[in-house]
Amino acid sequence: MTMDVGYAELAIGSILISNLVLAKFLGLCPFFGVSRRTSDAVGMGLAVIFVISIASAVTALIYRHVLLPTTPEHTNVLGALGLPVPEGGYVLVLKTISYILVIAVLVQFVEMVLRKAVPTLYRALGIYLPLITTNCAVMGMALLNTEAWRDPANGLPVHLAAFNGFCGGVGFLVAMLLMSGIRERLAERPVPKPFRDLPIAFISGGLMALAFMGFANLFGIAV
Amino acid sequence: MDTVLTYIAAAVGVLGTLAVCFGALLAVAHRFFHVAVDPRQAKIEDVLPGANCGSCGYGGCAAYAEAVAKGEAAPDRCTPGGPECAHHIAEIMGIRISDFVPKVAVVKCQGSCEHTHDRFRYVGEHDCRAAAATQFGPTACPYGCLGLGTCVRACPFDAMVMDPETGLPRVLEERCTGCGTCAEVCPKNIIEILPADQYVHVLCRNRDRGKVVRQVCEVGCIACHKCEKVCPVEGSAIHVRDNLAEVDLDACIHCGKCVRACPVGCIGNFRTLREERKTHPGADAA
Repeated sequence: MTMDVGYAELAIGSILISNLVLAKFLGLCPFFGVSRRTSDAVGMGLAVIFVISIASAVTALIYRHVLLPTTPEHTNVLGALGLPVPEGGYVLVLKTISYILVIAVLVQFVEMVLRKAVPTLYRALGIYLPLITTNCAVMGMALLNTEAWRDPANGLPVHLAAFNGFCGGVGFLVAMLLMSGIRERLAERPVPKPFRDLPIAFISGGLMALAFMGFANLFGIAV
Repeated sequence: MDTVLTYIAAAVGVLGTLAVCFGALLAVAHRFFHVAVDPRQAKIEDVLPGANCGSCGYGGCAAYAEAVAKGEAAPDRCTPGGPECAHHIAEIMGIRISDFVPKVAVVKCQGSCEHTHDRFRYVGEHDCRAAAATQFGPTACPYGCLGLGTCVRACPFDAMVMDPETGLPRVLEERCTGCGTCAEVCPKNIIEILPADQYVHVLCRNRDRGKVVRQVCEVGCIACHKCEKVCPVEGSAIHVRDNLAEVDLDACIHCGKCVRACPVGCIGNFRTLREERKTHPGADAA
C-alpha cells in the first residue's frame, strides 16, 4: 500500500492549503446561498461533512474493487466473480455514474434523518439540502481521492480517503463559518445599493481566498 | 463484438445491483425516519403567501399551516394573505369563517424635523434600537420617532419609506399587509397595527404634561381635552388618559370634528387618503 501520506498531512492539506471552497473554488452554491445566518451555515457544514466523509469512503471502495483492474494490491470484485473486466478497468465508463449514485443515496438519507430529527434546520436549508447531491465539492473530493490522486493506479486507501473527505468537509465548514460571520456584520453596514447581499459577498469571498493563499506550500505539503 | 457486449452487460449488472442494494437500504431507513404529514397541511402551505412574517403568531407559514391542519389555529390569522387566503384555507379545512377586516400599520408620531429637535447628536449604529438604548434616543421627546429607519428596513413587503423631508416613516398603505413586523422592531412602540376601516387616530404617544410637551414638540398632544368636548358621540369617542388623547375605536364615527378642533393638530384622519385609494389605486405611490 502506498502510504506516502499521513493523517496530519491530509488534515492540513485539505482544511487549509487546498480548502475546497477557498482554494479549489468548489461548492460555491451553498457557500453563498446558506451563509447568511451562522446557524444555517453550521447545519449545512455538518450535513456536508457527513455526506462527504461517507461518500469518500464508499467511492474509494468502489474505485479500488470495482473500477480498477486487478493488481497485486487489490482485487477487482467482478474479476473475482468471473465477469469480464476490460484492460484499463471500468474506470472511464462507470466512474461518474457510480459516484453520483453513491452521493445521491447518501443525501437522500441525510434528508430523511434531518426531516425527522431537526425539522427547523431541514426547512431552513430548503432546496440547498438536495443540492448537496450536485455539489461539486462532494464529487470533487471523491475524484481527488481516487482518479485525480497523485497515484491514480491505486487511489487513496479507503480509510485515508474517508479521513481526507472528512477534512475536506471540515475545511468547507470553516469557510462557511468565516463567511457567515462576515455576512452577518455586512448586513448592518451601509453597503452601496448595487453591491448589497450577493455582490459584496462574492467580493468578500474573493478576499478570503486571497488570504488563504498564504497557506500555500505550508510545511512543504502539496496535497 | 462479443466481448464488448459482455463488458456492457457486466457494467449494467454491477450498477443495477448497487442501485438495488442502496434502494433497499433507503427503504429500511425510511421506515425508521418516517414523518407523517397531514395532506391538508401541504395544501394550506401552498395557499399561504410564504413570506414567513409571523403575523399569524406562529414561527412561519409552515408552522401556521401545521397548526391549522391540527385544528389549533383559526383560518383567518394570515393578515398578508387577506380574505382570499382565509377563504381558501376554510375551504380546505371544510369550515366557515365570518368577514375579514384588513389591517394596516399606523405611525403614531408626527415629530418631524420641522416640529421637533434633537437633544444631542447621535453617532453610532444607524438603527433605532441602538439609538433608543442611549438614554431614550437623541430626540427631545422621549416617546418620539427616532427616524433611523429600522422599521423601513424590517418591512418584508417594502411597504414603508422614510420621508427625507420630515424624517418620519411613511406607510404605503396599498402594500401594507398588517403583518406587524414594523411594530415589533420599533423600540418606541410608535407603530400600531389597526383595522383599515378605522380612520381617526391620535398621532402622538407623549404622556408628559402639556407644558413639557410644548417644549419638545410643536405637534404633540397637550391633553387640553378640546377633542373630548367637541365629540358628538354620547360619552365621547375620544378620551384623555394620562395626558394623552386616545380614540375609542369601537365608538368613533369618523366625523373628523376632533381633528379640526385640536389646537396642535396631532389627530389624523385617514379617510380621504384611503377612500381616494379605493377609487384611484396608486394615487399615493411613493
